[in-house]
Amino acid sequence: MSLVTLIPLFPLIGFLINGIGFRHVPKSLVGIIGSAAALASFACALSLFIGFSGQPEVTHLFDWITVGKLNISMSFQIDQLSLLMLLIITGVGSLIHIYSVGYMHHDEGFGKFFAFLNLFLFFMLLLVLGSNFVVMFIGWEGVGLCSYLLIGFWNKNSNYGNAARKAFIMNRIGDLGFLLGIFLIINHFGSVEFADVFGKIAEGDYESGDKTLLYITLLLFVGAMGKSAQIPLYTWLPDAMAGPTPVSALIHAATMVTAGIYMIIRANIMYSLSPETLEIVGWVGAATAVLAASIGLFQNDIKKVLAYSTVSQLGYMFMGLGVMAYSSSFFHVMTHAFFKALLFLGAGSVIHAMSDEQDIRFMGGLRKKLPVTFITFLIATIAISGIPPFAGFFSKDEILAHVYEHNKLMWVVALAGSVMTSFYMFRLLFLTFFGEFRGTHEQEHHLHESPITMTLPLMLLAVLSAIGGFFNLPHIFNGHASLAEFMSPLFAHTHSTAHEADASTEIMLMVISVAAALIAAAFAYFLYIIKKSVPAADGQESGLKKVIYNKYYVDELYDKIFVTPITVLSNFFHSVIEFLVIDLIVEGIGKGVKILSGEARLLQNGTTGYYIFAMVISIAVILAWSLRAFLF
Amino acid sequence: MPILSFLIFLPVLASILVAVLPDSYKSQFRWIALIVTGLQLAGCIWVFTNFDRQSSDIQFLEQQDWITLSLGSLGTVSIDYLIGLDGVSMPMALLTGLVMFIGSISSFEIKQKEKAYFSLYLLLSGSVMGCFLALDFFLFYLFFEFMLLPMYFLIGLWGGPRREYASLKFFIYTLFGSIFILIVMIGLYFSVIDPYETAIHAGFIDVKSQMTPEIFGQIQELIKELKIAPEHMVHTFDMRLMTDSGNFLPQSLLSYVSGSTLFSVPARYLAFIFLMIGFAIKLPAVPVHTWLPDAHVEAPTPVSVVLAGILLKIGGYGFIRIAYSIFPDGAENFAVWIAAFGVLSIIYGAYNALAMNDLKKMIAYSSVSHMGFVMLGIASLTSEGINAALYQMFSHGILSSMLFLLVGVLYDRVHDRRIDSYRGLAVKMPVFTAFVAIAFFASLGLPAFSGFIGEFFSLMGAFNSSFLPKIFAVLGAFGIVLGAGYFLWALQKMFFGKFWVREHEELLTDLNFREKIMLTPLAILAFVFGILPHLLFDITSPTISEFMKLWIK
Repeated sequence: MSLVTLIPLFPLIGFLINGIGFRHVPKSLVGIIGSAAALASFACALSLFIGFSGQPEVTHLFDWITVGKLNISMSFQIDQLSLLMLLIITGVGSLIHIYSVGYMHHDEGFGKFFAFLNLFLFFMLLLVLGSNFVVMFIGWEGVGLCSYLLIGFWNKNSNYGNAARKAFIMNRIGDLGFLLGIFLIINHFGSVEFADVFGKIAEGDYESGDKTLLYITLLLFVGAMGKSAQIPLYTWLPDAMAGPTPVSALIHAATMVTAGIYMIIRANIMYSLSPETLEIVGWVGAATAVLAASIGLFQNDIKKVLAYSTVSQLGYMFMGLGVMAYSSSFFHVMTHAFFKALLFLGAGSVIHAMSDEQDIRFMGGLRKKLPVTFITFLIATIAISGIPPFAGFFSKDEILAHVYEHNKLMWVVALAGSVMTSFYMFRLLFLTFFGEFRGTHEQEHHLHESPITMTLPLMLLAVLSAIGGFFNLPHIFNGHASLAEFMSPLFAHTHSTAHEADASTEIMLMVISVAAALIAAAFAYFLYIIKKSVPAADGQESGLKKVIYNKYYVDELYDKIFVTPITVLSNFFHSVIEFLVIDLIVEGIGKGVKILSGEARLLQNGTTGYYIFAMVISIAVILAWSLRAFLF
Repeated sequence: MPILSFLIFLPVLASILVAVLPDSYKSQFRWIALIVTGLQLAGCIWVFTNFDRQSSDIQFLEQQDWITLSLGSLGTVSIDYLIGLDGVSMPMALLTGLVMFIGSISSFEIKQKEKAYFSLYLLLSGSVMGCFLALDFFLFYLFFEFMLLPMYFLIGLWGGPRREYASLKFFIYTLFGSIFILIVMIGLYFSVIDPYETAIHAGFIDVKSQMTPEIFGQIQELIKELKIAPEHMVHTFDMRLMTDSGNFLPQSLLSYVSGSTLFSVPARYLAFIFLMIGFAIKLPAVPVHTWLPDAHVEAPTPVSVVLAGILLKIGGYGFIRIAYSIFPDGAENFAVWIAAFGVLSIIYGAYNALAMNDLKKMIAYSSVSHMGFVMLGIASLTSEGINAALYQMFSHGILSSMLFLLVGVLYDRVHDRRIDSYRGLAVKMPVFTAFVAIAFFASLGLPAFSGFIGEFFSLMGAFNSSFLPKIFAVLGAFGIVLGAGYFLWALQKMFFGKFWVREHEELLTDLNFREKIMLTPLAILAFVFGILPHLLFDITSPTISEFMKLWIK
């Protein structure tokens, strides 16, 4: 069996052992099996990466479905893009598995948790390994299922159940677009294999702006919106924080939510020929980036802040895609996986220490009690805020530079988002780790640094967040842009790529964005360290702040314009159409027959005299009819 | 004994046996039913494994002259005992064996009037099987009508509080539909000539085996030119012959060339519509579906399982086997309408399911929605769509059986099916919850489960069909989103949150051994057919490719 097949196989085996043997596998073994499955996949991915020839390799497993003229095979594709995704998924995934051993230790569903986590890895690996759109779609739906199961993991709380359902259904709406996109691809290209479809586009003379490609790319993008939480399908992600924190780190920050970006990079040849779609992608990304960042400004739940930050950062990635800076977007996917996973795991460590308290208004001064968590969280905060030389600086600035070349207004929006990012992240950092402790005495007494299984992943991710930027060090810093170089074969057939800004512009943009981030950080320092202000209690906000705190009432709006009409309509169908129209007609016919037959029955009443009377009348009528010519 | 006759008549004979055995054997009846349906299932599996997957022909053919009446100058009536299997009927026959077997395990719950119950159940089993195997229209119609009788009593005697209303509604609805079918059947009979028998009567050949393509062509030519004496003409109910336009008498009502009209509608179109109405009631399609929720709610669990698992499929099967095969011109002409009703069923069924508080009713409406995909797939007139329609029927047979069994689990314990009577059942009944979750996710079309294949390809067929506007596929896909809505809503309401039951908390126990025995194989099958779709597509594809030639001019 080849290494490629082993990669998804290990987590699948892990899932089967922990899932079927739930409650029977000893607790000490569960974590080891789960983590070993992830690590084994990582080892395979790494050895594939090292031995990679530079040429895409398709491993055909079996013909899956042959129906009509269409043949869909189960096959895996190894190329630059899937390799990098594999490394991120299995690498970060392994760390999060190890972290979960400590974090979930006291949970009664420990075995179930690891089973679901392994199942998620399996589907996520299927998603990125699939060599055609259908296998990708299976992975796509599969991760949605795991996301549902893990968000609702603590399903005794019905709010968590609601969040899980919302996530699944919103994703399904996106999947609808993806599905129709696949149908259109089949309709137009007669195949779903990446190699066939993209090969045909590369050979064929497709004009830029081709109508079919426009529709396909738009439909696929709808799928990406759902999975990667872009406007208008973003509201599920903040709610998804109901799941255990390692889940938020793995699924809702590092891997699953980047599937949409993966998809667009995969299909970059189509997108590059659809400038209209790209324009939409870019602006949706920009709008999401700034909207989510603004909501993040005033959130008080440590995980909610990070969730909106994720939505916002995903917006940056789409912005990058919109200006065809594909490798820059991917660079950001990678660095974001490092620092956002780190932030979530750090938050988890804090929550763990605080006995499940998530509200930053009741934290403070934790840096003394949780030194490792503090240092690593600090590194991640600097990284996400775009302050050099940490990872986020390089990847975000690459996107910003490309955006600047494409559209100055979009750049301003992006810059505004990045200022807000810096502010809310430092606000979070200061409120959590600095100042005086604001929680209860019990909590204070209980404060402790997390065990090594939790801090080790934090430290490793901190290293990656610190140096991750050097994987793609730009030329102006005497780097080789190694990542972009490595990924370039993916864009070989893409007719046009993003413009490169010249060195002086690039440096100018860097200075501006770093200065902006520093000013925002300083402002946060002033507010929360010097002035020691603490956000107001719930319900005390006013004006614009209240609107933002309530997430612009988007959830309420969706409720009004989507959920309520559907409920009303379904009740209308059920109680009016079903009973008052259809069944009334059906029973009306029945009653009609009954009445008629009741009348007809009277004709046969058994009285001889009546029959004779009827006979005489009838004969008279018949006679009259036959003799009508004679009579009249 | 020929295997297919065995499949039909073993249960029928067993039914008679149960009926004549004295009541002192009461406790044995369920075992007889179990063993007989088990043998029936084993027979189906044997046929399934021995089915030639390369061939599009009728296999395991059995033919006996049954009724032959000479009517002098009106020709000869010939009704054959003609049964056989092709790629369309094979999945349905397998499903029948499977669901009937599971249903007989579930019937162990029946604690009153066992003799009548098991006798009727076995009779039903035989007649449903006959329906899928018959290739003679008359024989098909016979089985089709015969099914109504046991079904009527099974709902009407062992059902819930409103059982009489429900069983009567079911009966009259179906009977109403079957009258349309009967009319077309008679019309076809007068229009179609059996060239084989006619050749024998006219003295061209002595036995059927002497028939050569030349003589066949010659006969058809003579039929076309009306050169065969009426007394030599042999009319037939053989459905295989009805698909060949050359076998129609040129001046007859339903021939392709006569151009007859009834009420200023071409007679062939009208006949097609009649057949579609008859089978749409069975499917059921909106707006002739209202018997279904009532029948399901009142029927006892095993009868619901059989009803949803198999009986509905006769509708879809009838579309393909009869309406589409014999009237391809009508199918093409009305493709948009049929697809529209399919989409209407998908959406309308899903909306109604959303409004339900009765779990069993919700599942009944979800059946309406899922069978809409069958209609949409068939209407697409694409190979993918029709294969998928068959797949969807098979998959729905497995999943709806599972769903109704699961409702039965709750109902047997506390006699309450209201969704809002339960909360947090996952705590008390974890295994039950796991099965419900599997059944729900499989039903809402999650990949890796059988439902996905059927829905994916029927939508794809609709999308790629040259007969249908693309909006149908889009609307149908929207039905999948609604499906996720009602299934997850019910799952969350009933199983998650803090544990609470309206009453009889003490009666809620997790699945017992018998229930696990029924549910586990169904769950496994839903999964197996989700990841190995070629198990069925290999069977259906050759027949469907041959079938598709009806639309190539």
